Amino acid sequence: MDFLNDIPWMLIAASIAKTLFLIFGVVLPIVSYTVYAERRVSALIQDRLGPNRTGFPISLFGFEKDLQLFLGGLGQPIADAVKFLLKEEFTPAHVNKFYFWLAPVLAMVPALSTLAVLPFGNYLFGQKMVVADVNVGILYVFAIASIGVYGIVLAGWSSNSKYPFLGSIRASSQMISYELSLGLSAVPVLLIIGNLNLSQAIQYQIENGWLLLPFTDGNLTLRELLLWIPVLISFIIFTISMFAETNRLPFDLPESETELVAGYHTEYSAMKFALFFLGEYAAMIAGSSVIVVLFLGGWHIPFLPINTLESSTTPAGIALGFLHITAFFAKVVGILLFFIWVRWTLPRFRFDQLMKLGWLYLFEIALVNIFITAAILALVK
Amino acid sequence: MAYTVRRPNLTFWEKLYLPNIVAGLAITFNHLKKMLKGETKVVMQYPEEKWDAQLPEYYRGAPTLVTDEHGRERCVSCQLCEFICPPRAIKITPGSLPTDSKFAKVEKAPQAFDIDMSRCIYCGLCEEVCPEQAIYLRKDYAVTGESRADMVHHKAKLYELGGSMPGLVHKWNPDK
Repeated sequence: MDFLNDIPWMLIAASIAKTLFLIFGVVLPIVSYTVYAERRVSALIQDRLGPNRTGFPISLFGFEKDLQLFLGGLGQPIADAVKFLLKEEFTPAHVNKFYFWLAPVLAMVPALSTLAVLPFGNYLFGQKMVVADVNVGILYVFAIASIGVYGIVLAGWSSNSKYPFLGSIRASSQMISYELSLGLSAVPVLLIIGNLNLSQAIQYQIENGWLLLPFTDGNLTLRELLLWIPVLISFIIFTISMFAETNRLPFDLPESETELVAGYHTEYSAMKFALFFLGEYAAMIAGSSVIVVLFLGGWHIPFLPINTLESSTTPAGIALGFLHITAFFAKVVGILLFFIWVRWTLPRFRFDQLMKLGWLYLFEIALVNIFITAAILALVK
Repeated sequence: MAYTVRRPNLTFWEKLYLPNIVAGLAITFNHLKKMLKGETKVVMQYPEEKWDAQLPEYYRGAPTLVTDEHGRERCVSCQLCEFICPPRAIKITPGSLPTDSKFAKVEKAPQAFDIDMSRCIYCGLCEEVCPEQAIYLRKDYAVTGESRADMVHHKAKLYELGGSMPGLVHKWNPDK
């Protein structure tokens, strides 16, 4: 039984603990409350109120009234989840059953898998707060994120119905178009950082200031100022492409309600639909996390001390570790709110406009941007 | 004849698109801010606040039966409303007045008068067709029930909702 000793049990246990914390402790609650935020913010933008009645259902346990916290309606995600779980799991007769059931899973799994390489905090309890600190970090993110389109394509195809089919065709062409500018706009960042590992990306930003806000390390050199221009262009293109990748408005053509009923998930209901829905929001979280890691310094808070491996088990270190995790997810939530804000501001693009924007503008700008960055890096020391 | 629509000449900043997106974001953010500060007041918290006092005279709520100024029921169970009702929500069982009533030989009255509120479409045709002005659409709109049977308004309920409607019936009015 020697091989048992060779298995790094501690590493496995730590990884599982981190995964459980990340998925069930942070990401899924954020997903469900993003849906709530989406409804509330959209309502407020349109001069309505949104769901403000549902409390936490403590009246089930014999209390007089449901618990209403400061905003009201905070129990809505729980009610939604229970509704989705209890609805009839209906599969239409005309669909390809196997792929019809596989598609929602394929929409959810890649979105959650991308989170594995994202460093969501500094050292805590002697552990680095990233599930898998792999050296191909950002490549892994792009590779897995683009698998997400298979869920949509399979859903549209297996539904055997025209609107889902059109939706999935749109999704695939859109995702392929924007994958290019997404990847190319990340290249200048990688040129500057000189590393694919996302933990190293954050380390670079701690030492030299966040890429988008280069003064966060306290000084601003000419080189940083010059590099700031391509980074800003990169950031804008990356964010726009991320909107298209996650099928958010103004690029939500795969599910445009006015044209395609509900797009690729027309034939879906109950928990299978919920998986698409949650997958979309989980993909948003993954995308926002990548933006935060690449441009906004990840978990780093300027002018605060940083845990080392040794100090992360002391009480002060534990507090600091949790503070850094909070900082990371606060930044992510900020980006998510921006996503929501944009969604309720802009109308949907026409499909030819979408393609034109992707292929004729973003792609070229991203390509030129790489050369600008390279030139600055080579010429300005 | 075909004619060409002149496209507006866009300036460089308009062609760039991004400044206009920022302007749009500013507009939506102002709406959000005003809602959060409570400056916009457009939403009515329904069960707590109601608009009932401002309902217009001609509001078409739940159909009800009315009595005249002497407390007599006006309906003579002619069944015209039952026949005209588009969703067939009304069901009338005709009957006679009690024999001790002095109008027993003159008029009739419904033995049962049911309006299925789960079918009613509030069109007001019953009110329009009634020769006796016995059925009126009143201002009750929140008709709820826990079963289909609950949603049927029987005669007693209809008179309770309707109350009395004094005044001359049109057929006795020479001016009408």
